[in-house]
Amino acid sequence: MSEHKITLTVNGREMSGYAEARVTLVDFLRDVLGQTGTHIGCEHGVCGACSVVLDGKPVRSCLMYAVMADGHEITTVEGLEGPEGELSPLQDAFWENHAMQCGYCTPGMLIATHTLLQENPYPDEAEIREAIGGNLCRCTGYQQIVEAVQMTAKKIREAS
Amino acid sequence: MKAAPFDYVRVSSIDEACQALADGGEDARVIAGGQTLIPLMAMRLARPALLIDINDVKELSGIAVDSDHLVIKARTRQADTLSSEIVQEKLPLLADALSHVGHTQTRNRGTVGGSLVNADPSAEIPLIAQTLGAIIVARSTRGERTIAAGDFFDSAMSTTLAPDECLTEVHFPIWSPENTGFGFHEVSIRDSDFALAVAAAQTTLDAGGNVQKLAVAICGATPAALKLTDIEEALIGTDLNDDIIKVACAKIDDLIDPQSDVHADAAYRGRVAKVMARRAISDARDGAKGDLV
Amino acid sequence: MDDTTASQEFRYITKKRRVTEDRRFITGRGHFAADYNFPGLLHVAMVTSPYACAEIKGIDATAALALPGVRYVLTGAELFENINPLLSGLDLPNVKRIPLAHERARYAGEWVAAVVAESRHIAEDAVELVEVDYNPIDFVIDPEEAMQSDAPLVHPQHGSNILCDKTWVWGDVDDDFASAPHNLSFRAKWSRNSTVPIETFVVTAKWDEGKDVLDVWASIQMPKYPEQIARALSLPVNAVNVHFDVDVGGSYGLKRGIRQTVIVSYLTCKLRAPVRFNEDRLENMSGGEMHGPDRIFDMDVAYNDDGVMHSLKIKATDDAGCYPGRAPLQLGKPVSAIVGPYRIKSASYNAISVTTNKTSQEAVRGFGQAPTNFAIETMVDKVARALGMNRDEVRRRNLIRADEFPYRIPSGSEYDSGDYHAVLDKLQDSAGWQELLAKRDALRAKGKLAGLGMSTCLEPSGGNSSFEPFLNPKNDTTTWMESCLIKVDMLGSITALMGTSTSGQGHETLLSAVIGEVLERDPDTIRGVHAESLGALPSNSPVGSRMAIMLGGAAAGAAEKIKKQLLEIAAHNFQLPVERLVYDGGDISVDGDPDKVMTWNTLVDIAHRNYHKMPLGSEPGLQAQHTWEVPTGGALPAEDGTVQMYPCYAFEAHIPLVTIDPDTGQVEILDYHMGHDCGTVLNPDIVRGMTFGGIAHGIGAALYEKFEYDEGGQHLSGSFMDYLLPSSHEIPHVEMIKHYTPSPLTTFGQKGSGESGYLGAPAAIASAVNDALAPLGKSIETLPMRVRDLEALINGQTE
Repeated sequence: MSEHKITLTVNGREMSGYAEARVTLVDFLRDVLGQTGTHIGCEHGVCGACSVVLDGKPVRSCLMYAVMADGHEITTVEGLEGPEGELSPLQDAFWENHAMQCGYCTPGMLIATHTLLQENPYPDEAEIREAIGGNLCRCTGYQQIVEAVQMTAKKIREAS
Repeated sequence: MKAAPFDYVRVSSIDEACQALADGGEDARVIAGGQTLIPLMAMRLARPALLIDINDVKELSGIAVDSDHLVIKARTRQADTLSSEIVQEKLPLLADALSHVGHTQTRNRGTVGGSLVNADPSAEIPLIAQTLGAIIVARSTRGERTIAAGDFFDSAMSTTLAPDECLTEVHFPIWSPENTGFGFHEVSIRDSDFALAVAAAQTTLDAGGNVQKLAVAICGATPAALKLTDIEEALIGTDLNDDIIKVACAKIDDLIDPQSDVHADAAYRGRVAKVMARRAISDARDGAKGDLV
Repeated sequence: MDDTTASQEFRYITKKRRVTEDRRFITGRGHFAADYNFPGLLHVAMVTSPYACAEIKGIDATAALALPGVRYVLTGAELFENINPLLSGLDLPNVKRIPLAHERARYAGEWVAAVVAESRHIAEDAVELVEVDYNPIDFVIDPEEAMQSDAPLVHPQHGSNILCDKTWVWGDVDDDFASAPHNLSFRAKWSRNSTVPIETFVVTAKWDEGKDVLDVWASIQMPKYPEQIARALSLPVNAVNVHFDVDVGGSYGLKRGIRQTVIVSYLTCKLRAPVRFNEDRLENMSGGEMHGPDRIFDMDVAYNDDGVMHSLKIKATDDAGCYPGRAPLQLGKPVSAIVGPYRIKSASYNAISVTTNKTSQEAVRGFGQAPTNFAIETMVDKVARALGMNRDEVRRRNLIRADEFPYRIPSGSEYDSGDYHAVLDKLQDSAGWQELLAKRDALRAKGKLAGLGMSTCLEPSGGNSSFEPFLNPKNDTTTWMESCLIKVDMLGSITALMGTSTSGQGHETLLSAVIGEVLERDPDTIRGVHAESLGALPSNSPVGSRMAIMLGGAAAGAAEKIKKQLLEIAAHNFQLPVERLVYDGGDISVDGDPDKVMTWNTLVDIAHRNYHKMPLGSEPGLQAQHTWEVPTGGALPAEDGTVQMYPCYAFEAHIPLVTIDPDTGQVEILDYHMGHDCGTVLNPDIVRGMTFGGIAHGIGAALYEKFEYDEGGQHLSGSFMDYLLPSSHEIPHVEMIKHYTPSPLTTFGQKGSGESGYLGAPAAIASAVNDALAPLGKSIETLPMRVRDLEALINGQTE
């Protein structure tokens, strides 16, 4: 099968590579573009570890072929920091609350909650749990993740 | 879990999609969200030779009211449908059902048409189509045809859509909101799992509180969404008290032949299907009565 | 969290401090095994057996090898000729294990051949082309059937499906049963499940031809990993270099990929190219190391009218799956706390390990303790119910009292410290036990099935090897050590080495806090490093809830040695005895004369550059290693069958409130309260997180998770669609209260907490569900308590 040239805007930078149609977006990001921050957990759309932002919406990058994303904008965990490498308030709250242990689901959790806060800066606990309902974590029992998002929301509230 | 090789083409119009389907033969498949198809391909349980990507087909996206129907174009994302004010106003049953479909992330890619075409036995959108008697529109190079939901769902993961047809839109009947209520219930092991049994109901009561109109269907415990026509007919004109609902729903035993799998045995599925139907109907009644008060 | 009680005396430990490791994870800069890439990397995919048991009559790889991009197809037969069998936990000379099925496939999903190709995609294409000639033969799935004399033999050369059947009697069990007015017996089942991490097992091996070294990058959590690789491949251990700085995406005991490692190591030597096996989820769930204890408990307890329990008989029948591995040993560790936190004066234990045609069982968080705790707690609830007593009252009457520590249990372990009554009191008080009872009753009055649960459990921690000689007298391992090497460089910064990998426990943070504490230096300036194995230190790896105790103790010991060297340098230069000096924040001054001071930088400079200012004959530079044996370890089991297992015993009490939908069997957890005492807490956020995560694992085990087999021996739970991990919807908010009873055995009074939550949550959820069922006169003793099981039970569809 022939390879397709695929061009994505990843974290604001245009990046290109070649891949067969059957290469998923997450494999393309990791293996072709070297963006290894996004992780693979199940490859069948259940665990959410591979979550990325596609044109502003969180999606699972194992449930999309890279060729389908050609011409689209992707944000990965590597794109959450500010231009000078400063942590986003959400990242900082994840750190402050130790909202992880092994760190494997963390990129997906950050993507899910980052997009939640963009749409709903003042989520309650139920809304936070709903937003990460498709992201499995085996270390934390989710509590410190919820706390981190609550802390971020509180900061947003106080700043506004 | 890597898919077997396939060819890929991205189309920008329905005509192009239909042509590609006609040229591609039996092993060509349309892909939009891919939230069901891609895992199946990863496990090599599905191996299309050609994927026709309709994500760029703008004419396949949108929600609009057409007299007494709500028309949802096939490639409309589930998330956009769920957040649509028109859907929430005209088809609250569908909006409620959609909140149970997958997760935020899968709803952002998954489409209304894709869910109908995949026809998963526990999928919510096909259930609502079946409940309300939606009309499905399909096109091919041979022309366009409409298919009633009752004729569309065949068996598990199978529909009467021809291999060269592309589903283009679905028309849901809009009921008059007066004295109308709906109910949706599903039982799943975890909050967002595929449901073991699901039921949807919508009813309109007359001024006396008796059933003027009723639609009920179940899925999960059946190979495809099943409209409970006998039960609907039996309940017309009644006041839908709990006992009447219970007696009517007992008939479900004779209508279904559930299967066992790793998640639930057939007997459990059969029992909870009745429970879900009862709850959906009584919620619909309560909603409709709320309008009467 | 109330962490004031124990924290005053410390500068850095016990205090809130950000976890060093987290910085790389929140920015996508972790370095997990799959993140390492190499030019020319080859990928492995596995051909798996479709049969529960089958002879392998032949493997034809011709078509697979003809596919462009395919480099090799490795079979069990080739491996059998070229490597040594993998180690077994028991002395079973006729049960040889190699990483691919050889002559016989023994479970559905077993790896039969490894296909190597230039991409994982091509490898999977080629897997479909490998033709295996199978002859299906009889198999056995049920462990009790497997024990029958006419059962098909999983390992015919072994002559039986029983791998181990041992009984120990500690104290006068028969007399105690005869003299007690009551006894009750029941059966409880803990189904095959595990802690399933989100990262599968991943290993890359690369033979460095320039150095003659096998480099290994793996998501491993296993004692003696380099040694096991070297043994299998007949290499000297100094030709194996494991890169322990690979971040491991969760393990909880499971990541024991020696088979995978031997396969890729063999292949990289053979093919002269780097080789990776990155398990996909299907390979991982059916063929990898994902299956945990699978246990039937037959319990007997003798007790008084007042609820005091005197004696206990436990028969545990454990389904090891098809190879013994670590499974039988997981029957051994619970001996460390075989009577739980209770003053039960005698006990007997019959531990049976059975082999069946299922995936092999591996080590899981708690190493067999969580199932045992579930059985013991179910027993306590049953005693309470039989006597019509409150469950908390029965516990209070049986819990070991604070003034009885150290407390030696019948099986020989001495519990180090605890105040179980205080924790239970504190928890019931903060949770509002009476209010929760009222809430439960109000729910019941509305026609709901509501139940309040309770468990009081122990977490043995610190680890040791005692269960090995205990179950296998030919194994005389008594050493269970950990090390730390601290280097203070010429410019005064501190680097600490540990000899192992980490999978989320925050070991870098642990090192910097402990060393900072002892040397009174800012932990944020101290770097913890996971050394590669060629530069590493004696270690038994992060198992058995031991690193806070053992790595923490090693780091403190090494730091004390550094401090001693600094004091000796200062003493030499001041020409004063060490006793006259004061160490403060790294600077050393003369007692009573604070102006006479040598700073940290001066002292370090002397150590590195001014040998003329060093005490005569001392070592230049500034570094110190401390390796130590686990406290109370080092001895073989006694002749009378008693044994000191783990040194430290943390205590946890759980109180969940649940409702059950009687029509669907769905359980909802409304409230969850937990009281925890793991001694001095080194990092509060880490302990909280591990405990919440452990509770989530426990809720999964209690309600959702099971590796299921059908009658045809097929594994039905091979994906995340079929094996159900709880999400944020199923796991409730947990209110946790802390209590601090220091351990007298450890550096700062700390105990382990790596298994906390998991050791009590399954029992607590079962207790709550059974409380909800009690008004119906029904009970359930099998985990997981799935919706279909509960609905059928409630609606009279099952007994």
